[in-house]
Amino acid sequence: MRKEAQKRRWIRALVLIVYMLFALIPLYWMLSISLRTNEETMSAFSTIPQHITFENYKVIFIDPSWYWGYINSIIYVLMNTVMSVLVALPAAYAFSRYRFLGDKHMFFWLLTNRMTPPAVFLLPFFQLYSSLGLQDTYIAVALAHMLFNVPLAVWILEGFMSGVSREIDETAYIDGYSFPAFFVKIFLPLIKSGVGVTAFFCFMFSWVELLLARTLTTVNAKPIAAVMTRTVSAAGMDWGVLSAAGVLTIVPGALVIYFVRNYIAKGFAMGRV
Amino acid sequence: MNKPINQKAWLLVVPVFICVAFSAILPLMTVVNYSVQDIISPTQHVFVGTEWFRNTMTDPDLRGALGRQIVFSVCVLLFEIPLGVALALAMPASGWRASATLVILAMPLLIPWNVVGTIWQIFGRPDIGLLGYWLNHLGFDYNYTASPTAAWLTVLVMDIWHWTPLVALLCYAGLRAIPDAFYQAAEIDGASRFAVFRYIELPKMRGVLMIAVLLRFMDSFMIYTEPFVLTGGGPGDSTTFLSQYLTQKAVGQFDLGPAAAFSLIYFLIILLLCFILYNWMSRVGKGGPAAQGEDHA
Repeated sequence: MRKEAQKRRWIRALVLIVYMLFALIPLYWMLSISLRTNEETMSAFSTIPQHITFENYKVIFIDPSWYWGYINSIIYVLMNTVMSVLVALPAAYAFSRYRFLGDKHMFFWLLTNRMTPPAVFLLPFFQLYSSLGLQDTYIAVALAHMLFNVPLAVWILEGFMSGVSREIDETAYIDGYSFPAFFVKIFLPLIKSGVGVTAFFCFMFSWVELLLARTLTTVNAKPIAAVMTRTVSAAGMDWGVLSAAGVLTIVPGALVIYFVRNYIAKGFAMGRV
Repeated sequence: MNKPINQKAWLLVVPVFICVAFSAILPLMTVVNYSVQDIISPTQHVFVGTEWFRNTMTDPDLRGALGRQIVFSVCVLLFEIPLGVALALAMPASGWRASATLVILAMPLLIPWNVVGTIWQIFGRPDIGLLGYWLNHLGFDYNYTASPTAAWLTVLVMDIWHWTPLVALLCYAGLRAIPDAFYQAAEIDGASRFAVFRYIELPKMRGVLMIAVLLRFMDSFMIYTEPFVLTGGGPGDSTTFLSQYLTQKAVGQFDLGPAAAFSLIYFLIILLLCFILYNWMSRVGKGGPAAQGEDHA
């Protein structure tokens, strides 16, 4: 029995280490390209950079059109995350606690909004938001991203909420709590980890989306992912700056996941589906 | 546990409905409108009825793209779901190792999709890429811009690299919700490792697995940005998946009407497949003996 456990531990470690290598090697290569000049990248192949340079990063930190890309992205991603979680909370509560006319249809309809292939929908989106005068604003991108983030947020939160016993609700109502007071003071603390996980997923999907964000912005709210597409020029690709920008796109998300890691580890308590 | 019927619950759902409907209904209706018209110029439209739909259904290139798409999505699920579950089971439960694994795992998820394509471009190129250079150095004839098989495999591996962490993170969170008492009880009963997985861990992961499978299915079925940056759909049409083909039609040839009809058919295919998957998974999950016990909890 002891031997068996030992063997299992080895297998687990092996699986993890092999996968981590697989995950990290492409990232290492991006980091490594970002630390070289383009001449070095294009001339002789070397696995490790020969002369480390930070020129590529300097370009990004000095040029406002580069660093504003990051600021713009962070602004609309945070707006989207906050709005998505706020509207999803009450809806998820309704789905997890009650049955009502058309609840299942509503739930599935929400999910269908993640299934629209973007290519053709970009034009009507553009028309809709420009006719409302929202073109090139943060709120436009934040609203558009709610289309795919809200359904996911409702889905995940609902799972967490269904894990909380309904007796807690009933006791609170008997004790004279109103619904809002109960929700904020008692219920929210119980599903803290769910909110953390949901916020992470909203942040992630909004941060990485390119097509909608690019269509709805031109200058003022242009996201970093769109700024990066301009490194293709007549002179060829600027691999160094592109890689440096890529490395920097990981930083905000890595910080977010670091902060919510304990929430994720605390886990889902699943109900529905 | 039976949920009470309460129509007032609708009030809680209204904000979500408004927010989503704002971005969903008008664009969808516009696309429906396009799909039945021949748009000759911005001011000149001709109603053509179901002509575009009929054309789309008989388009042989579309069938090719649909076939490639289904094979790709099935492969994505076959690799990513078991790998994600295995990773979740292998991950440490707490301590700094757990934090480090979580952060490293999540990194590919947080890279904008066009950058994911770029990373694999500079990683796979035979001249400047780590992977391409070493594969060729070791005697494999690897060039993803020339060989359809290499291109297809590169896109698949890229997707596995990119999205397996999503499955792993969801399953990991699901596993963490299992109380220790369950494992202790299993140990007393002398349950095998497989029995613990089958009757404790798998049922508890049912909800998250369902989210993971559906998300991966729909997202892989709409994959666009990453292969567009990496291969541009080539060589030939080996990595031209449905979205790629649709965009070629919509933007390249500027045929808005046929492209809109195509989008709607595309949307309906995803919808149908997701609906089947959703119902099938709900039923399978509820069938197991352990799952029934869970329902009473």
